[in-house]
Amino acid sequence: MDIAFVLTQAITQAIGVTAIIYLLATMGLNIQFGYTGLLNFGQIAFVAVGSYGIGVFVIYRGWSLWASILVALVLSVILSLILGVPTLRLRADYLAIVTIATGEIMRLATKSLDPLGGSQGISGKMGDDFYALNPFPEQDRFEFGPLNFSRNDLWVVVVGWVVIALLLLLTWALMRSPWGRILKGIREDEDAVRSLGKSTYLRKMQALVLGGLFGTLAGIFWAVAKQSVQPDSFVPDFTFFCYTILILGGAARVLGPVLGAIIFWFLLVFIEQFLILLVQGGTITFLSTTQIGPIRFILVGVGLMLLMIFRPQGILGDRKEIRLDAR
Amino acid sequence: MPGDIQTQAVAALAGLPTDPGVAKPDPVLVANAVVRRFGGLTAVDVEHAEFQRGAITALIGPNGAGKSTFFNLLSGFDKADNGNWTYNGVEVSNTAPHKLARKGMVRTFQLTKSLSRMTVMDNMRLGATDQTGENMLLSILPFTWRAQEKEVTRRATELLERFNLAAKADDFAGSLSGGQRKLLEMARALMLQPELIMLDEPMAGVNPALKQSLLDHIRDIREEGTTVVFVEHDMDMVRDVSDWVVVMAQGQIIAEGTPTSVMGDQRVIDAYLGAHHDQQLTATGEALTEGKQA
Repeated sequence: MDIAFVLTQAITQAIGVTAIIYLLATMGLNIQFGYTGLLNFGQIAFVAVGSYGIGVFVIYRGWSLWASILVALVLSVILSLILGVPTLRLRADYLAIVTIATGEIMRLATKSLDPLGGSQGISGKMGDDFYALNPFPEQDRFEFGPLNFSRNDLWVVVVGWVVIALLLLLTWALMRSPWGRILKGIREDEDAVRSLGKSTYLRKMQALVLGGLFGTLAGIFWAVAKQSVQPDSFVPDFTFFCYTILILGGAARVLGPVLGAIIFWFLLVFIEQFLILLVQGGTITFLSTTQIGPIRFILVGVGLMLLMIFRPQGILGDRKEIRLDAR
Repeated sequence: MPGDIQTQAVAALAGLPTDPGVAKPDPVLVANAVVRRFGGLTAVDVEHAEFQRGAITALIGPNGAGKSTFFNLLSGFDKADNGNWTYNGVEVSNTAPHKLARKGMVRTFQLTKSLSRMTVMDNMRLGATDQTGENMLLSILPFTWRAQEKEVTRRATELLERFNLAAKADDFAGSLSGGQRKLLEMARALMLQPELIMLDEPMAGVNPALKQSLLDHIRDIREEGTTVVFVEHDMDMVRDVSDWVVVMAQGQIIAEGTPTSVMGDQRVIDAYLGAHHDQQLTATGEALTEGKQA
């Protein structure tokens, strides 16, 4: 192991499946929180709907992957409506409370209900329909300079980034339109927008549904890439990492989540692998390799604190704009 | 120079009785038995109120009289416990505020609600009604709304020039001064081409020079055919610009009239200064003397 290996690992993760999953979910949060000001602390619930939609319908019911994706997206819309109808007429905090509870309810329910896999989760070849379309030639590894992917991983990563590019384009088109202008208005002052003759309830609902669909897509990718759905992966931390990524990259910027996700995963893996290197090489003697997992989160936390102090607007944000918040 | 509409409004209101809730010749907004309670406190209890079309009506009263609450009720931002009100003869009691705004009844706020992290121009554009691009599905097809957007921008630019904000069009609204925000809020409300504009304390926190220009703007708005109703504490402004004054105290309308008649009205003076403000505190004095004798 050397520093080149560490870098390769970090870069692979920064553009790999995990980053794609977090990025998709964060792009949804960007629409909800970044542009509209909706506090969704339960994005993981939408991700779980995606993953379990694939797991339950493909493995337990034997449906095709495509039909299951469609069902998962419909379920995601239904979840948004269930969350939004009672809360979006109230103050912003109610949505936050209800969504964080929903995330936990989903996790505990899937864990205890056997039709949803119970604590074992669901495993099986749920991505077969997708991998059958893989156009890459049959070979074990694909190498790009120092990076290398398995055939299936490469297909997931390529499709993932194409989908992300299309959704970024969609986000950009929506947010520069008069519809996007209303969302930003709602974020700044909902009553002002209502006094100007716009229904804010409708737009908040639309933003919630759209952002939720992005989260569900993340869950679908997760299930397809890992070919397994485990209830314990759907913890609240996921949503908080998404917020971290969003704020790191710059909220209400189309490319903010992309930059945030890449940097976040690069740093997380780089720090981990680098510390392992140092511990194994004997440079650091006061840590064991098992302590490195928590240590990297401590370091990331310190990094975030520094970021909030010296660059609260994130990497792509505009400092002047953030300052206006204080009035 | 009074304009045509002002002359008409003054003529229509001349010689009306000064009883609370007096009927107007051509009311645009009529309220009946409007009640709003906060727990045990009755904040608003208005038996009847009419607002004359084409006039500038001031709503005044001491602090806590219920003026702003009454405003919030009429504009749909608060729900009344009782009562009904009609706008252009159509009942609009407890209608959602955005629906009222679309019908042409637009309000501004006491604490300005400029959308800080949006540009001044975007603030203005947001005011235009019936925009195709505000439909989520059509918004991703720019050719469906580009022409309309151009027209909206043209109107916004005109209004910004009129309100001396054109140079600030691309700045964030949050970077404007307090007075400029008042101007922006008024200009933004005009983007809806309202028939009735309700201004909640338009002069609060505005310097004297800007006050004069705000007054001119309010007169201009009326000359364009918009009815103006405003809540205000600044008596100079009330005297200067209003054709009719409605006085509230303790949730009720206690008097109405032209600015001059209202300022001399005993009920109004009592409400502001207390009914016994010009009398000796004889009762207390006697009690004191009695106490000394005992």
